Amino acid sequence: MKSYLEFESDIKVLEEQLDKLKDPFNNEGLAEVNTEKIYQIQNELDQKLKEVYSNLSRWQRTLLARHEERPRAKFFINNLFSNFINLSGDRQFADDKAVLVGFGVFEDQSVLVIGQEKGDDLDSRIERNFGMMRPEGYRKCIRLMQLADKFNIPIISFIDTPGAYPGIGAEERGQAEAIARSIECSMSLKVPNIAIIIGEGGSGGAIALASSNKIIMFENAIYSVISPEGCASILWRDPKKTLEAADAMKLSAQDLLDQKIIDEIIKEPLGGAHRDKNALLNEIKKSIRKNLKELSELSREDILDHRKQKFLFIGRKKGLIKDINSKDKMTIEENIFSNIKQKINKNKIVIPIAVALAVLISLILLYL
Amino acid sequence: MNWITKFIKPGLKTLLKRQPKTEEGSLWTTCNCQQLIYKEDLHKNFFVCPKCETHQKISCRDRFKIFLDNNEYEILKTPSPPDDPLNFVDTKKYIDRLTAARKLTKQDDAIMIASGKLKGINVTVGAQNFSFIGGSVGSASGEAFICGVQYAIDNQTPFIFFSCSGGQRMMESSLALQQMARTVLAVNELKKNNIPYIVVLTNPTTGGVSASWAMIGDILIAEPKATIGFAGRRVIEQTIGETLPDGFQTAEYIKDHGGIDLVVSRKELRDTIGTLITVLLKKNKTTSIEATNENQEDLKQIVEVAS
Ligand SMILES: [Zn+2]
Repeated sequence: MKSYLEFESDIKVLEEQLDKLKDPFNNEGLAEVNTEKIYQIQNELDQKLKEVYSNLSRWQRTLLARHEERPRAKFFINNLFSNFINLSGDRQFADDKAVLVGFGVFEDQSVLVIGQEKGDDLDSRIERNFGMMRPEGYRKCIRLMQLADKFNIPIISFIDTPGAYPGIGAEERGQAEAIARSIECSMSLKVPNIAIIIGEGGSGGAIALASSNKIIMFENAIYSVISPEGCASILWRDPKKTLEAADAMKLSAQDLLDQKIIDEIIKEPLGGAHRDKNALLNEIKKSIRKNLKELSELSREDILDHRKQKFLFIGRKKGLIKDINSKDKMTIEENIFSNIKQKINKNKIVIPIAVALAVLISLILLYL
Repeated sequence: MNWITKFIKPGLKTLLKRQPKTEEGSLWTTCNCQQLIYKEDLHKNFFVCPKCETHQKISCRDRFKIFLDNNEYEILKTPSPPDDPLNFVDTKKYIDRLTAARKLTKQDDAIMIASGKLKGINVTVGAQNFSFIGGSVGSASGEAFICGVQYAIDNQTPFIFFSCSGGQRMMESSLALQQMARTVLAVNELKKNNIPYIVVLTNPTTGGVSASWAMIGDILIAEPKATIGFAGRRVIEQTIGETLPDGFQTAEYIKDHGGIDLVVSRKELRDTIGTLITVLLKKNKTTSIEATNENQEDLKQIVEVAS
């Protein structure tokens, strides 16, 4: 049984018609395949898919990012890496099955692979806690990231989580500290790390493993500070305002690329990643290959600095700031224009004064 | 109950209700315990309710004033990134929320950084004001934090931060989320330079703030009864479908679970942190006789706190 999202009702009707036509024995009295009709409906379906998917709202993308049939981390780990061995435990409390971590090989190169795994069916979803990691999960990642650093092995993480798990035990064992330490560890690595957001990039639970040299997103993945539901119920006081919240938060891959937070978007097949999982594999391979090559040209110190500069740059507008690439200082020096601009923004009185001055000067110039 | 509490206080309360309680003209204020407090008494008591010991939320300037030697501090200018980078509108415009918060708090954003002295030692201090959109963190707060860290490195002073925040600022969305990585990156620089980094977790410290710079201090101190945690109480209750026990996520509870070093009341913070940095920086011998006496008292307090 295929599952459809609410905005796919037309597509559902067409695909069901198509399935029936392709399997005529299910219909009484029909033994011949009506190729002409199949061709016609296939065309109609392609048209419809293009129409619906070329113009997705951010909320629709959120639904796609959470689609039941969307390929999970495990799928990518199985299909992109050889010799992958899943390693367990934080050596202190437990093994968190919401995250898979292990060494493996990508095109002859040793890598550490981290994958937040939501599970494919109800049983595995429960076992994987729906991809919501607990402190011991982050601590398992830290332990193995440090090992990768020691052996100079690059790290690739697949991000797909609604967020870190909000539970009593998780709080008691220091969920906040575990996430903070995971960011701290990621930020101090001298090996390249690449994060690929394949579905949901849920807030702190995601950034804990996405503080990396390169952040790549699937076309229909989302990455946000809070879920649209959470944002809607806090700011709109109405959990149903998810459409508005998703738009306001600008959580799509394109939005994040525009904000220069992520580095690259991997295009998905028409209709979303779940409609052609294998087509996606080639695109990811190309991207991982390219990024590993680019980063492998840097020294260990330069890798650390590359990551540091990348994150320091976020939110700082180019052109208004001088000296953005100063390596020994983290702070920015604002130039005179940005100061004036801020003053105008903060102090509306400056505008009439400026206008009056401009008029005065032009009058004087005219007189001369 | 005497006649004053019976008649005059309720009368005063209704009077006060008509005016905002923060209004400068009024001499009285209230607390969670519903008691009327003479404002001057509250200020003299480090903004801790003299009746129920509640540690009230305070502004950055008040924090610097009560914490640093001779109540003297110098506010550092921190960068101003563009306001409202996403043109965010919910039921209100973000830009209007910013304007209102600036008017209310007389701060540019939630975090301020100051330099001053603590027990004669130069320190850089940061604080978060909860009255500024819940102490939430966006680009401006991130830049302020980084700026404070850089100042501490440049001047080789300990960095002390008073956290007070519900987390990241939703109106700056992903840019706000990235501040978690940006501030931790700054803390890494601080640690690389062997500069003491002390965090005082005040009520509340949750979400993206606890999950980034606040929980990775060299030493973690909390004010009594402060709420400290990652997920909010309501979110946990909805997820697990149970009501949580009373003391859950309080400073004392977190300390019992090994999450923080100390719970210290506001009036003792100066002494405790002063002693800690004196010892960490090995400034023990250079202090004068008077200060030495003071230090011994400090140590006594540390022992008491520790026991
Ligand atoms: Zn009280």
